[in-house]
Amino acid sequence: MAAAQAGDSAAYQTLLRDCIPVIKSVARRRRVDADRIDDVVQDVLLTIHRARHTYDPSRSFTAWLCVIADRRAIDLLRRSRRVDMREVHAPLAFESHADDEAADPSRGLAHADATGTVARALASLPARQREAVQHFVLEERSLADTSALTRRTKGSLKVNLHRALKALRSKMEFRE
Amino acid sequence: MNVPSDADSAHELLIRDLAADLKPVRRLRPPSVRTFSWLLIVAATAVILAIIADLSALGHRLAAARDLWLAVTGSALTAILAAFAAFQLSLPDARRAWALLPLPATLLWIIASGFGCLGVWFVPGTHAADLSEARDCLMFIIGLSVPLSALLVIMLRRGCPLQPGLTAATAGLAAAAAAATLLNFFHPFDAAATDLAVHVFAVSLVIAANRALSGRLLATNFHAAT
Repeated sequence: MAAAQAGDSAAYQTLLRDCIPVIKSVARRRRVDADRIDDVVQDVLLTIHRARHTYDPSRSFTAWLCVIADRRAIDLLRRSRRVDMREVHAPLAFESHADDEAADPSRGLAHADATGTVARALASLPARQREAVQHFVLEERSLADTSALTRRTKGSLKVNLHRALKALRSKMEFRE
Repeated sequence: MNVPSDADSAHELLIRDLAADLKPVRRLRPPSVRTFSWLLIVAATAVILAIIADLSALGHRLAAARDLWLAVTGSALTAILAAFAAFQLSLPDARRAWALLPLPATLLWIIASGFGCLGVWFVPGTHAADLSEARDCLMFIIGLSVPLSALLVIMLRRGCPLQPGLTAATAGLAAAAAAATLLNFFHPFDAAATDLAVHVFAVSLVIAANRALSGRLLATNFHAAT
């Protein structure tokens, strides 16, 4: 890590690769779901990058890494719990409740019109905001995946998504 | 042969991305040094206030009320220990227990101030603060806490707090305790229950405001940078 602090890119890559099994082991110990462990890995790698200037080389790097991984795992568990409290997974209820409006023949036209309006509003957004909506909302990618795919920070993706949704909302209200 | 999964590819991509524009970083100075830097600014403020304050009145008060020494020591120690704890908490591997460090000094501060209040009931001729004086105390503590908190938060942003709310609240305690200590330069009356209540209210308000506003600022700083 001391070499990485001095700007040694090769040493930094080796270090980050070596961190991955340690992070996964900490996340497993915290009972993070298997399909979310890679989100913790991405979060911790980004945290290490952001916090690398705070590391004191006279202290154990593994201990430093384990505390950060543990904290990020707890953060992810809290976020997941909050989402679970808001959302209900009920596939049977979803299938057994018919959509009454589907029988309405004019619905197809209205739907097509609405889709066109959304598409036009989306096309008018700046490229970065459009990209955020595309990956998060339309393709339902995770924040970590989108960050890796677009090579942009999670923070900037969140900001762009927030601005995009705000802009879309105001465009749609204006058209209504 | 192991075929890399999508997740492995994503990690590899991220690692290359992070290493691509790696620049040397300046190591963060230890929390003790950073605390000392902040305390130097507080000390400079104290010198300026001492120039305009009536020091002889303060001397009389300290000589007459022994418990005041304890209260001032308690508030000053709270400021020092809370600032040190906030700088510790701004490190990503900090334990939450650091937030408890200023607790004994805070208890000393509250208990000594409480004993001062008893004096108002038992010693004849003591001058307790009226409502307008209590309001002045409130304004002084809040008014001075704002720049001291702002300075502390700017310094804390150099770190990488993973518990931004707790870090900001501890910083708020440090700033409010420092402001309450400096208030003694302009506090020409003995502690009374109303006075103590105003102090507790002002300090709590500063801590809550810091937690809400600065906590968000510290969290935003972290997410924006990642």
